[in-house]
Amino acid sequence: MRDLKDQCWVLTEEDIDALEIGSGILGTGGGGNPYIGKLRARQALREGYELKVLPLNAIADEAMVVPLGGIGAPLVSFERLKEGREGLRCLRSLEERLGFKADAVACEEIGGQNSMEPLITGAFAGLPVVDGDGMGRAFPEMQMTTYSIYGHRSTPSVMCDPHGNAVAFENAITEKWHETMARACVIAQGGASVLASAPMSGAYVKRYSIPHTYTQAIGLGRAVMDARKTHSDPIAAICEREGGQHIFSGKINDLKRHFKGGFNVGVASIEGLDSYRGSIGQITIQNEYLMFERDGQMVTCVPDLVVVLDLDTGLPITTEILRYGQRIAVLALPCHELLRTPQALDVVGPACFGFPDVIYKPLAEAA
Amino acid sequence: MVLRLGIDVGGTNTDAVILRDREVLAGVKSSTTEDVMSGISNALEAVIEKAGVERDAIDVTMIGTTHFTNAVIERRALDPVAAIRLGLPATACLPPMVDWPEDLVEMVGGHRYLVRGGYEFDGREIAALDEDEITRIAKDIADKGIKAAAISSVFSPINQDMELRARDLLREVCPDLPVVLSSEIGRIGLLERESAAIMNASLLSLSDQTVEAFGNALKGAGLTCPFFVTQNDGTLMAADMVRRFPVLTFASGPTNSMRGAAFLTGVKEAIVIDIGGTTTDVGALQHGFPRQAATVVDVGGVRTNFRMPDVFSVGLGGGTMIAGTADNLQIGPKSVGYRLTTDALVFGGETLTTTDIAVRAGMAEIGDASKVADIDPALVEAARQGIADMLEMAVERSRISPDPIPVIAVGGGSILAPDHIGDLEVLRPENFAVANAVGAAIAQISGEVDRIFALDGTSREECLAAAEKEANDAAIAAGAKADTLTVIEREDVPLAYLPGNATRIHLKVVGEMGDVHA
Repeated sequence: MRDLKDQCWVLTEEDIDALEIGSGILGTGGGGNPYIGKLRARQALREGYELKVLPLNAIADEAMVVPLGGIGAPLVSFERLKEGREGLRCLRSLEERLGFKADAVACEEIGGQNSMEPLITGAFAGLPVVDGDGMGRAFPEMQMTTYSIYGHRSTPSVMCDPHGNAVAFENAITEKWHETMARACVIAQGGASVLASAPMSGAYVKRYSIPHTYTQAIGLGRAVMDARKTHSDPIAAICEREGGQHIFSGKINDLKRHFKGGFNVGVASIEGLDSYRGSIGQITIQNEYLMFERDGQMVTCVPDLVVVLDLDTGLPITTEILRYGQRIAVLALPCHELLRTPQALDVVGPACFGFPDVIYKPLAEAA
Repeated sequence: MVLRLGIDVGGTNTDAVILRDREVLAGVKSSTTEDVMSGISNALEAVIEKAGVERDAIDVTMIGTTHFTNAVIERRALDPVAAIRLGLPATACLPPMVDWPEDLVEMVGGHRYLVRGGYEFDGREIAALDEDEITRIAKDIADKGIKAAAISSVFSPINQDMELRARDLLREVCPDLPVVLSSEIGRIGLLERESAAIMNASLLSLSDQTVEAFGNALKGAGLTCPFFVTQNDGTLMAADMVRRFPVLTFASGPTNSMRGAAFLTGVKEAIVIDIGGTTTDVGALQHGFPRQAATVVDVGGVRTNFRMPDVFSVGLGGGTMIAGTADNLQIGPKSVGYRLTTDALVFGGETLTTTDIAVRAGMAEIGDASKVADIDPALVEAARQGIADMLEMAVERSRISPDPIPVIAVGGGSILAPDHIGDLEVLRPENFAVANAVGAAIAQISGEVDRIFALDGTSREECLAAAEKEANDAAIAAGAKADTLTVIEREDVPLAYLPGNATRIHLKVVGEMGDVHA
């Protein structure tokens, strides 16, 4: 891993603006709002740091790649803003403890605000972020990355807060235990921290990350921005890029929400508009949009992506700003093959979200 | 019997009404003037004469104004501000005003200070307040001649002690420095709340002058009664509060027209369409108050989290131009705007507008109907359908329940509204053209709480009761009569990933203004 610079994509402010939109779309309603992260990334850029994305095929097999991301409550991250170098401290602490030098960082979750943290940390450390992530979307828990699903042990890991506190997790007996312990600790650290996991080899990253998701998210965002500029249909542009399907248009006519086991759960009912007039859609929500049914028939469900967009602007709508009367488009985007194996479905399939009777049927890519 | 005078100072028109209890005695529209104050004086004289009341019989005056919003948008009359944030070592990644347009940062001087302090979500200190640093900043403020300060502390909506302490320390060095605390203005969301506090601080001189000028305009018209200004939530601030919190008047215009619509019809659950010359604002009334926007609102390029009415605008008004043929019709987005009375066909002009269609279709009697007698009935029908479709779409966006509530049409252009929009009936109150001045005249006093409560050890009901008591106290302190207070918003949202059953409670009460003869 020497002299990567030529192979890297150095991001511009426009790329970051596009990433804000694209990672919002891939967030499928969750993952937090990337706005604060965008401001931080832009700030780093204006201070002279380089935000770099490294193509997967440019990583050496023996490279050491550290996955990292924010953990905690989105609300805290809007109030107690970060010190800024939490991620860098995690990375340095991990390197010191384990006696290695990182060659690159990796993104845990491209959907929502976690798309930005690895870019920012990478910029401060002078390292690129590999062009991929562990989810290809947003999921609520850490064990739900392809890194963990396919055998990477994410401990030892280090979690840092703005004060300078660092917690090392030495050995989690399962990935779910790591999630549980980290979740407990982040509360002590004030509710919003950054966590860097044990390094992965370049070979592993190439094989088991969801590939090209930075390129994908930035491209998606640019497609929406271009469509808005030229007054063409952003929804069609998204479907075309992603092999996705526009599965419903309608107006939300009922919204039930409650709080269960640490999650915001709910159901949105949608009355069809345009060519869907006469049909009723229903979205099941658990932090993210989990499933979409039309007239009682399951159309698509997790781990495929249920994306909700404002019908006119094509901008993503997160679950917490969903409300009665909104006119929305529902899109289904196929998830990557790596999320569709029996091994993955054991961790991110409908049963893991409390729907054991729902059988996942992979969404076909649109022609 | 109470006589109230309501004034709405808009960008184009200054409207005034006089109400005797619940009866509208008179309403007038007059042009807004460059100096604003002479426009107010004109409207005052006209409405007093029309109502035929004695000047000293008027008990109270309420003013709705876009003055402060416009100052920010037009970047004028803003003071330099010291933006002081208590939060280090957290928050260092993004300084105050980081997402402001550059020209606005320059206008307020770009003085940013980050200091150790602030709270965690559960009330622990992030760091002890660095008091020496506050004193150093105070000296810097004095040296640089900065006019005002805005202090924001992390999680200050939960605990404002550090903001208060920092203010006291500043005043030890700069006794006359106006200081704005973010906890007095905004809600959770540091950047937005801090931005609101800074904007507020930058407007303090202007608000001082404006309140003075309003007072003079009223005095000049021979009025001796107290006056109040309306806030963005449809409630009132005493003149002294406006001097301290001018930002709370932002977006009060749409609120006033919606509140006026509710009052004029007596309907509390409805969709209001306010049709002006160029645009139509559409919003939903809940319990007689505008439904608030859930997301952040942009003012002059700055994200803020003020409670603003959730209003959707469409490019349709009385001056909207119509082009094409019945088969291929184009309604807007161009408008003749304030030139309606010279350019529209019914006024002898040469431009086909929505008003001409309304006259031709017999929906209104304005101008000279013979000038539009030749318009092809097919075109008229197509245009009426097009207008109805635009309004239906806007109304549908604003509906907050499937119940068949009515639509209330107000504003000068409401002649365009059909009798039904979709499946909803359209109501047209008398005095529809001055609904926003009526909204100002009937404004109430509010108290509000919005913060995180820990439910551990107490019940949800106890927390809600505690929040209600807090909101009631705030309303009474602001001048409301205790026996008229009612809760108009009560919302508790559990917070994901946080322990102790942390719940965000937002509660608001409103009441009638206390003794107006004060």
